[in-house]
Amino acid sequence: MKRRDFLKISGTALGGAALLRFTTTTAAASLLAKKNGEAPTPFSIVQLSDTHVGFQGPPDPLGTKAFERAVDLINDLHPRPDLILFTGDLTHDSDDPAEHAKRMKSFRTIADRLRVKTRYHVPGEHDAALDGGVLFRENFGETHYSFDHRGVHFIALDNVSLGKPIVGPAQLAWLKNDLARYPKTAPIIVFTHRPLFDLRTDWEWFTGDGDAVTNALAPYDNVTVLYGHIHRVDHHTTGKIQHHAARSLIFGFPDPAATADKKPLPFDAAEPFRNLGIRQLRGAPPSIDDVELTSVDDSGLTAILGNNGIQQFAKGDFA
Amino acid sequence: MSYLLPFLLALLQLQAAPSVVEISAKRFEFTPKEIHLRAGEPVTIRLIATDRAHGLLIKDLGLDLDADVDHPDSATITPAHPGKYAAICDHYCGSGHGNMRMTFIVE
Repeated sequence: MKRRDFLKISGTALGGAALLRFTTTTAAASLLAKKNGEAPTPFSIVQLSDTHVGFQGPPDPLGTKAFERAVDLINDLHPRPDLILFTGDLTHDSDDPAEHAKRMKSFRTIADRLRVKTRYHVPGEHDAALDGGVLFRENFGETHYSFDHRGVHFIALDNVSLGKPIVGPAQLAWLKNDLARYPKTAPIIVFTHRPLFDLRTDWEWFTGDGDAVTNALAPYDNVTVLYGHIHRVDHHTTGKIQHHAARSLIFGFPDPAATADKKPLPFDAAEPFRNLGIRQLRGAPPSIDDVELTSVDDSGLTAILGNNGIQQFAKGDFA
Repeated sequence: MSYLLPFLLALLQLQAAPSVVEISAKRFEFTPKEIHLRAGEPVTIRLIATDRAHGLLIKDLGLDLDADVDHPDSATITPAHPGKYAAICDHYCGSGHGNMRMTFIVE
């Protein structure tokens, strides 16, 4: 697929990670409104992940350039997304708290250039595991929370700030209470840093108590989990839950099924943003084939357009 | 001969007790980097952290230790199947944490 074809289909290019565009059929929206109190109405969100502001050295000599490019691309999106979700590792940690704070400030300076002002964040281990989330809370508030937007329930989960890669019993209890307020049909988007399933444990691609989280979510019919951490695209299903990973904006990791070594993919000066990517998820009715189309721009930035996500809203049951 | 009884009992207890393997952890390395175990034989793994909190995790062997300075942790496992098992530190300890690993070889 050529770039102009991608642009024609998507209507724009997107930097960073994932765009989910939610649309529902009238019948589905009406039924969801009756069941959930508020009908989901069309909107889009962008997910950005793993910007690692402050990271230096191989394999990526570009620093924040990919993040800054993503900001520019998002600012060119039409229509403009309602929300931006950052799924962790906003910064690269430092043993010097003052230096880490400086990196967090740099992250905010770049992110503040986004014209989308409604932004939500969860921490990655590089943001919050060394200080228990102190710096993150100073900048963004609590590390886990929930909110509603246009009929969709969003849940931010922190699976890093306890040092161990876990959500922990207190947050798990909070999650169960939070979910109990919603009917099983409610559209739910969970965003977090690490995968909630065992993707590859010896690469640290898991959450220790991820099973407890997915068990709590299992009774709900329409759950999407957005996460980062693995610096590559991945789609996975556990029960009725769909999990989607976003690319990083610093360097990519290889396919764990193809190699035993967890080493960053090499930097390619000819295509400086290769393996960083653009991933766009577009909602679509289930009658449209669930395919992914890929486009690569001149810098190597990859854009993937798919229709994952919307089937969570507009299942045949609702039509 | 009765004077030998306590000695023989102590010897039996010694034989029944699992062997102990100590692993030392500091940012961002384990020592030793490789240990060899026998399938079907119980072994106690003892993790000692020398600079800050560290973990030692091998999900496939059911081993999940957390140690801090002056607070070692240990568990006894009986590896069932021969193989090579990667162990990781699962308590985030800094930017080199992702490469803090060692290998258990079960023969």
